[in-house]
Amino acid sequence: MIMRHVISILVNDQPGVLQRVAGLFGRRGFNIESITVGSSEEPGLSRMVIVTTGDDKTMEQISKQLYKLIDVAKVIDLSMNPMVARELALIRVGAEPSERPEILGVVETFRASVVDIGPNTLVVQVVGDSDKIDAMVELLKPYGIKELTRTGVTAMTRGMTRK
Amino acid sequence: MSIQSVVAESKSREELHARLMQPDEITGSEILLRTLLLEGVECVFGYPGGAVLYIYDAMHNNPDFKHLLTRHEQGAIHAADGYARSSGKVGVCIATSGPGATNLVTGIATAYMDSVPLVCITGNVATSLIGTDAFQEADIIGITMPITKHSFLVRDVKDLARTIREAFHIANTGRKGPVLIDIPKDVSNHLAKFEYPETIDLPTYKPTIHPNKLQVERLLAAIEEAERPVILAGGGVVYADAANELMEFVEATRIPVTTTLLGLSGFPSAHELSMGMPGMHGTKTANYALQNADLLISIGARFDDRVTMKLDGFAPNAKIAHIDVDPAEIGKNVPTAIPVVGDVKEALKLANVKAKPAQSAEWLEQIQQMKEQYPFRYKDSDEELKPQYVIEMISETTNGEAFVTTDVGQHQMWAAQYYKFKNPRSIITSGGLGTMGFGFPSAIGVQMAHPDKLVVSINGDGGIQMCSQELAICAINNIPVKIVVINNQVLGMVRQWQELIYDSRYSHIDLEGSPDFVKLAEAYGVKGLRATTKAEAQAVWQEALNHQGPVLIDFVVPRMENVYPMVAQGSTLDQMIMGDSE
Repeated sequence: MIMRHVISILVNDQPGVLQRVAGLFGRRGFNIESITVGSSEEPGLSRMVIVTTGDDKTMEQISKQLYKLIDVAKVIDLSMNPMVARELALIRVGAEPSERPEILGVVETFRASVVDIGPNTLVVQVVGDSDKIDAMVELLKPYGIKELTRTGVTAMTRGMTRK
Repeated sequence: MSIQSVVAESKSREELHARLMQPDEITGSEILLRTLLLEGVECVFGYPGGAVLYIYDAMHNNPDFKHLLTRHEQGAIHAADGYARSSGKVGVCIATSGPGATNLVTGIATAYMDSVPLVCITGNVATSLIGTDAFQEADIIGITMPITKHSFLVRDVKDLARTIREAFHIANTGRKGPVLIDIPKDVSNHLAKFEYPETIDLPTYKPTIHPNKLQVERLLAAIEEAERPVILAGGGVVYADAANELMEFVEATRIPVTTTLLGLSGFPSAHELSMGMPGMHGTKTANYALQNADLLISIGARFDDRVTMKLDGFAPNAKIAHIDVDPAEIGKNVPTAIPVVGDVKEALKLANVKAKPAQSAEWLEQIQQMKEQYPFRYKDSDEELKPQYVIEMISETTNGEAFVTTDVGQHQMWAAQYYKFKNPRSIITSGGLGTMGFGFPSAIGVQMAHPDKLVVSINGDGGIQMCSQELAICAINNIPVKIVVINNQVLGMVRQWQELIYDSRYSHIDLEGSPDFVKLAEAYGVKGLRATTKAEAQAVWQEALNHQGPVLIDFVVPRMENVYPMVAQGSTLDQMIMGDSE
């Protein structure tokens, strides 16, 4: 069954490692919905979070092929367990002064925040899972979305403490 | 110059080792040469250029370091490949930046597909020029990322010795493969104190060597229950030096063996339990056995599409067990019930401790009958010199004991079908990538690794022209390769497909205008011989074998000969076109 998966990959913090991972997905026909990279809790190691889709066989191949990269230390399919997955979006939305109260109402409901105000636009920052951001975008559409940027998903499992 | 003078002598290795380990302040180039020597490299293959001038300068008057100058970087890397496949050691080639490096690409992909341990050294422009589209700059790391096991760009000379050591380790452990080291020109001239790391610390690279005992026990249990078991042995058996262990396993379990193209030399073809090669041009017996097996044990073979043919319908009744050092191969193409991840030799050793026979007596009888009924066959002729006859003659006169390299195409399949390989590592052929131009230069590397052994390179008249420039280094260094050209004046395999699948619409397969190969050899100072009949073939081949130096033999064979049996693409293994082999 084809499902959405969130994979966390611990990699050596080396030049070219993003290219190695992204290239692997590309040439083997694995899908990348989003990819984020940043430092991890271990010095010298970075953590990538990739959102992908595939059936069980594809997911097994993704994991095995990733492990073949010399710079890959650990691959975890976070979706196998309860997880926290978050994404941040900045949305520049058209906001004539008369519309602002309405927009601020939406912002408040979503526990988002306004991080910049222009003469006739607002920049809204929203953090949440991808569905929440999709919903927020939908609600802001009527006001005119001038610019939208999303970080992609970063995630970790709930509860347990991993080494 | 002779071949011996190009291969580093090993007798004074301890003295050399002590001398090389001195913590002198030396350049990156000298660090490179020292490290290669410390890794046991006997001969490197390469071609100089602007970005590697410091490296080549360091070779000047360095009596310890042996380098063979090819006439094309592709020749260098195929030679390094042949050296590696035939010896089990890491092959090394050197090329300059830009075009030098990109000329290695086909060779790197060839080695990657067939899991051959290579270290490819490329020069690059100076670090200050990287990324500026400098003269002869190419992003060779980026270009080769999908076809290397790993690659390094060395930006600091202090990292160089460690990097080379790691590259050799990565290339020749786990599933082997090519590793590229890109060295900017300034780094090759920077000074550093020489330090050769004693140990290798790669926390993120730990290939599984020892298999899971439980899985091995499951495998043995499955064997004891099996009535129609088959072993599919691949290149992994050869690369793990596990031919003896495989023999022991086969004899203990009484399971018939089919060997893939790369695995041909891993199990002697004359053995009673050998069924020969499977797949597109395999034996009817091997394909029958695969299709009717109840247990299929793949050992170091990766279910390539030329072996399985149409996957849906491959080995339909078999439970599949798979021994492989690369876990990603298990379950990639076929669902696997018993996965055994680990070194093939270790896995077989473990299995051999408790291996018991399968219930295969009836099955073996059936297979024996098929072997007798369906050997490889061709329609011989008294008027024409058949290519299969040439290969049989070579096989018989060399007693199946020569190192044989092949190029790609019909002659490759005939060599696989009619040369009776006896010894591990004795077939050197581009199986995965199918690289034309590989056959002849790889033989040079084989001969460098085995100066006293007979090396026969079997080529078509197409492929020989893709790297024939290397005749020069055979002549100059007296590298005594026997270069066979199976000359049918066409691109035979393409012609065969056009005949059988494209209704004889022959499109761009005629090699009219090829040089006179005898004269071509002679132009380089290599002996050239030609045969157009059986009698001539016998005579010139003897003359070639008796000749001390390199020799090219042009066997002129008919255009229209096809490789049979054949399974057409899109068919399952049991749908074989027998053709002339009926």
